[in-house]
Amino acid sequence: MLELRDVSVRYGATLAVDDVSLDLPAGQVLAVLGPSGCGKSTLLRAVAGLEPLSHGTIRADGRDLAGVPTHRRGFALMFQDGQLFAHLTVARNVAYALRLRRTPASRTAARVRELLELVGLTGYDDRLPATLSGGERQRVALARALAVEPRLLLLDEPLSALDATLRERLAGDLREILGLARTTALLVTHDHEEAFALADRLAVMRDGRVVQSGAIDEVWRAPVDEDTALFLGYARVLRGDAARRVLASGGLPGADAVAVRRSAMVVDPAGTLAARVESARVTPDQVRLVVVVDGIGRLDAVAPLGSRVAPGDPVRLRIDVTRLAGLPIVAGP
Amino acid sequence: MDGRHLPVRRIAGLLLLALGPVLVLGVLFVLPVSGMVAQGFWVDGRFAPGEVLDVLARPRVHRIAWFTLWSSSVATLVAVVVGLPVAHALHRLRLPGRSVLRAAVLVPFVLPTVVVGVAFRTLLGEGGPLGFLGLDGTPVAIISGLVFFNVALVVRAVGTAWESLDPRPGEAAAALGATPLQVLRTVTLPALRPAIVGAASVVFLFCATAFGIVLTLGGVRYGTVETEIYLLTTTVFDLRAAAALSVLQIVVVVALLAVSARLRQVPDPTAQRVVALPRSVRRSDWPVLSATALVLVAVALPLVSLVAGSFETSGGWGLDNYRALTTSGDNRALLVPVTAALATSLRTAVDATWMSLLVGLLVAALVTRRSHSVAERRVRSVLDGFFMLPLGVSAVTLGFGFLITLDQPPLDLRDSPLLVPMAQALVALPLVVRTLAPVLGAIDDRQRQAAASLGASPARTLLTVDLPVVWKPMLAASGFAFAVSLGEFGATSFLARDDTPTLPVVIYRLIGNPGELNYGMALAASVVLAATTACVMLAVERLRVPSLGAL
Repeated sequence: MLELRDVSVRYGATLAVDDVSLDLPAGQVLAVLGPSGCGKSTLLRAVAGLEPLSHGTIRADGRDLAGVPTHRRGFALMFQDGQLFAHLTVARNVAYALRLRRTPASRTAARVRELLELVGLTGYDDRLPATLSGGERQRVALARALAVEPRLLLLDEPLSALDATLRERLAGDLREILGLARTTALLVTHDHEEAFALADRLAVMRDGRVVQSGAIDEVWRAPVDEDTALFLGYARVLRGDAARRVLASGGLPGADAVAVRRSAMVVDPAGTLAARVESARVTPDQVRLVVVVDGIGRLDAVAPLGSRVAPGDPVRLRIDVTRLAGLPIVAGP
Repeated sequence: MDGRHLPVRRIAGLLLLALGPVLVLGVLFVLPVSGMVAQGFWVDGRFAPGEVLDVLARPRVHRIAWFTLWSSSVATLVAVVVGLPVAHALHRLRLPGRSVLRAAVLVPFVLPTVVVGVAFRTLLGEGGPLGFLGLDGTPVAIISGLVFFNVALVVRAVGTAWESLDPRPGEAAAALGATPLQVLRTVTLPALRPAIVGAASVVFLFCATAFGIVLTLGGVRYGTVETEIYLLTTTVFDLRAAAALSVLQIVVVVALLAVSARLRQVPDPTAQRVVALPRSVRRSDWPVLSATALVLVAVALPLVSLVAGSFETSGGWGLDNYRALTTSGDNRALLVPVTAALATSLRTAVDATWMSLLVGLLVAALVTRRSHSVAERRVRSVLDGFFMLPLGVSAVTLGFGFLITLDQPPLDLRDSPLLVPMAQALVALPLVVRTLAPVLGAIDDRQRQAAASLGASPARTLLTVDLPVVWKPMLAASGFAFAVSLGEFGATSFLARDDTPTLPVVIYRLIGNPGELNYGMALAASVVLAATTACVMLAVERLRVPSLGAL
């Protein structure tokens, strides 16, 4: 549905988006993941028509969007903090695009009711945005964006301004709503949790370039380099001998580097690696350890809740191979 | 310590601190103005409010009040309509030479009103470049003068708000299908409404109490309440009628100030603002840009014709008018040479500046400190309103009030050289407070608390937290006060003694006297005065203080 070919955006002397090509099939959600300042928001604004391209083309449904102003693109844009119109009530905010199109009042009212129900805010019609909580504001913003059934929904870190519990709940709702409406959406975020919670496909962006893209589990299973692995939530990257030893213990083919999640090392008396506990911390789900493994060095590990491990104890570690990713190239020394 | 007594003690402390400024304003403002007003209500020592009503029933008063009302309304409307595109262009677009243009637009506002009047007469009068329009001495000329003078205020106030307006709601609207015009109508203008209404009310206030412009452009046919008060006191000596008009004016002005204070309760756009990056100019910006260009040309026209006129002599072009500034004019039009008046003006302005800065700083600090209770906040907001009063009360009333109340011991200031600076400082005070207060108010109180918790004494806190933020606005405010004082005419015209007049007074006297040289000298003196204030203003503008001129 959306096709980006060799897209570049220049701000004065800096190249904010550098030669990006992406595809987004209809009905899917693509997350562009990257650290702040990597150009992902600029990319989103370029798709919305808010930034001029210095090179490349953006096509929607096969039609080139060059020269099509923002308001004729038929997309909808949802910002990090909602950006509701402060002087309009919730119902008027949601109805904004409908009123622009001179939809008859009765149909507008029905649609607003339907949308508020969809986002779980029935009865909020006459509230002003200033009286809503952050999560409610995001829900209204979502209802406003969905009101005219946009062919593409653009989401700029939609959950980042919310606290952890709220983020998790709204992520679930958002995923369901997007699925129900079969909405095509482009999401930019710096938070891999947000990306995993919402997206089908993932593109990792760094310094203006897309370094890896694909289905979300593929990207996650095989990060293309060390920085990407760390950004996707892998705890450490091991190199050289350490990498080979870990891979060998797990019965995997050797590689020059391996990215290890925290939960890749599990305390197990039948494990193949010998280690000594350096520190232990209890979390609601498991006990998190830092261990020193002979010949490998310091690693993260987990133990089931209730295990009695204390600093200085010798333990044995089992390797969960689904939580490792061999890296094809070694970045740096 | 008993917690309940804390708020009472805080308020008492607050009032104690406020005592100084309140006393100053009480003696130098409330006393003169109420003295003037009393002239209307007390006839031969007895209370006679009926006399005021009699005056207000006069047909001439009706005519003048009506003219004041409609000319100010039209001027306000035009200033707002004309100011909006300029505010957008100068505060939202990345124009080349933006800061110079911004300063240029601000110049008319600090030009002495007499200079504005003279400039418009050279433009519209007989023989002027636009003389063929026959607008000299018509309401159109007066209204143009008022718009010229006030458009800067709209550009400043609305522009500052526009600059800190988050562009994203507009972008969200555009993404939802709103055309640029629809975005303007449904998102941008509603968000700017407080700033626009606030600016409009201040502009209306300035128009309705304008003195120098109306006096020089209106001639004998058209007058406003303000010029009528002047005429009644200086020419007709009908003090009671003058007092009655003052009362009328004060009532209207206080009501308006109350309304605009209410409107200001919406979060101040200059406090804790995020300035959106100006965007580059696009082809679709041409309507805004051409409107801005037109306004800039219209603002430049009177000034250009003033400068041109000042070089015109009986024998072609030359510097004769400027050379004559060391003389006292044809037929002894003046008692002192114009250069002496310039020196007086500068001296007076220095005095007025330190006075208004001193009081203004105290007031700004008082009204912006965080309140700990509702009662305290109320006290602070009442104080805030009180110190804004000089903004609206006519300078003529103030000047005349000075004359009739401060003339006997213990307050015999008539011969004091500080009399004129004091009056001018009062006129400048609200502007100083409005420049400083938003800046002080934007300092997060937690920064002071952090400093204190790290062991800084209150004085040390002031030095490390407040001063670094406030010194630039202070410099800007003093420049502003200096410029205002240089151009002040309403109060000064009453108070300046004949042997030590200020430059605006001299200019007014020169254009009132026949003789070609006198007129030429008036133009040259106007150019000198305008150049001086413009230089001060340009220097101040370089300090980039956002709250400057945004009332």
